[in-house]
Amino acid sequence: MLLISCPNCGSRDETEFHYGGQAHVAYPENPNELNDREWAEFLFYRDNTKGAFAERWLHSTGCRQWFNMLRDTVTYEIQAVYPMGAPRPDKAAAAPAPESTTAPEGATK
Amino acid sequence: MADLLPEHPEFLWHNPDPKPSYDAVIVGGGGHGLATAYFLAKNHGMTNIAVLEKGWLAGGNMARNTTIIRSNYLWDESAAIYEHALKLWEVLPEELEYDFLFSQRGVMNLAHTLGDVRESMRRVGANKLNGVDAEWLDPQQVKELCPILNINDNIRYPVMGATYQPRAGIAKHDHVAWAFARKCDELGVDIIQNCEVTGFVKDGNRVTGVKTNRGTINTEKVGLCAAGHSSVLAEMAGFRLPIQSHPLQALVSELHEPVHPTVVMSNHVHVYVSQAHKGELVMGAGVDSYNGYGQRGSFHVIEHQMAAAVELFPIFARAHVLRTWGGIVDTTLDASPIVGTTPVENMFVNCGWGTGGFKGTPAAGLTFAHTIATGTPHELNKPFALERFETGALIDEHGAAAVAH
Repeated sequence: MLLISCPNCGSRDETEFHYGGQAHVAYPENPNELNDREWAEFLFYRDNTKGAFAERWLHSTGCRQWFNMLRDTVTYEIQAVYPMGAPRPDKAAAAPAPESTTAPEGATK
Repeated sequence: MADLLPEHPEFLWHNPDPKPSYDAVIVGGGGHGLATAYFLAKNHGMTNIAVLEKGWLAGGNMARNTTIIRSNYLWDESAAIYEHALKLWEVLPEELEYDFLFSQRGVMNLAHTLGDVRESMRRVGANKLNGVDAEWLDPQQVKELCPILNINDNIRYPVMGATYQPRAGIAKHDHVAWAFARKCDELGVDIIQNCEVTGFVKDGNRVTGVKTNRGTINTEKVGLCAAGHSSVLAEMAGFRLPIQSHPLQALVSELHEPVHPTVVMSNHVHVYVSQAHKGELVMGAGVDSYNGYGQRGSFHVIEHQMAAAVELFPIFARAHVLRTWGGIVDTTLDASPIVGTTPVENMFVNCGWGTGGFKGTPAAGLTFAHTIATGTPHELNKPFALERFETGALIDEHGAAAVAH
């Protein structure tokens, strides 16, 4: 059982959470211009990384908030917990994130 | 010390070093890889081929499944390929000259809700139209076939009936792998263990070789049979697969006298149970929710599955969990496999069997061998092409495959 540090509620059992798959997958900016291949990529293709993987989790029986997590898919070690819309921490440290021209993903206010 | 140890029995296959080149290389020495090599040699005369296994033969999902074999899938495409597999299972012990204890003891898929009942009856109808043996059982008939099942109303999800496929059953998974391996070896196939693929050699978009920890091997064709690691290999080759790898756990109890005459599966309460020939109760559940390559999962999944098992089979309350383990299953979003060509020329992929690859082993081998040998898919695996995710011709088998295997 994973012990997950919810950014709002602290450490809780994995059973309180729902898995949301790969993080940082933005909805296509111009959906009308996508061809079938690009739609397939958006709908069905996700990274399946062996190693450090950025993924979304929902604290469904707690604060009911989404957040991102960096977890090793081999050792299952949780390396970082960070808010929706924030850049992936290990990549952000290496190079400054380019300035985004669109609203950050998940930032519906 | 007086008695010398007896001679080691004859080995079933050799352990050759890799040759510099082959006509085809299969990556993955599990059931599907071995079956593919067998049918390449037997049906297509391709014997200058190798099966590369990064660990030991059949030590991945082939050693970790719950050995259930059935073909009662909903859609025509699935029924065709799984029923073909079942027909092959029926003749393979003789063909491979190896009794791997294929026991057609039947499989029941329980229904616990009105929705389950309707879906199950629909599936029985669809199965019959596709020539798959299937029948609907009411709770009393369920009880007659499997007396230890609790069909009373005193549980959270009472049994409201079941589908039943009499020709379904179980087989000894290890022996299936060994049977294929021995025949492959006899036919001249090189089975190379401890040989991990680290990359591919390409000429433009055409694959011409395989890089391994034991040197580079030239080959005209490459077939990927790596289940949970398919995405990793595809990435090395420069293309993507719509696969997510998840841990799937199973467990066995200690040995018991025969108490469970058939195979019982329940999608709704997430458990499936059979009793192995030796006497262990073999149980599995659904996948862990998160992506994982760790060959282990979270304990609460097992706890949930045990709770369901004990409600359905009250006598199991006295049994003990002897051993649990996990495999890495390669799931697709439509719960159907991918068998066919890839964006890389001369490279072929057999993956996405997810939680139900064991039962499909012979058909996967047959159709994948055909695809590799001829460059075009067999009639049975044509619908299971990678392109279906672009065309939208998905084969949604979540009802028959998602939890039940």
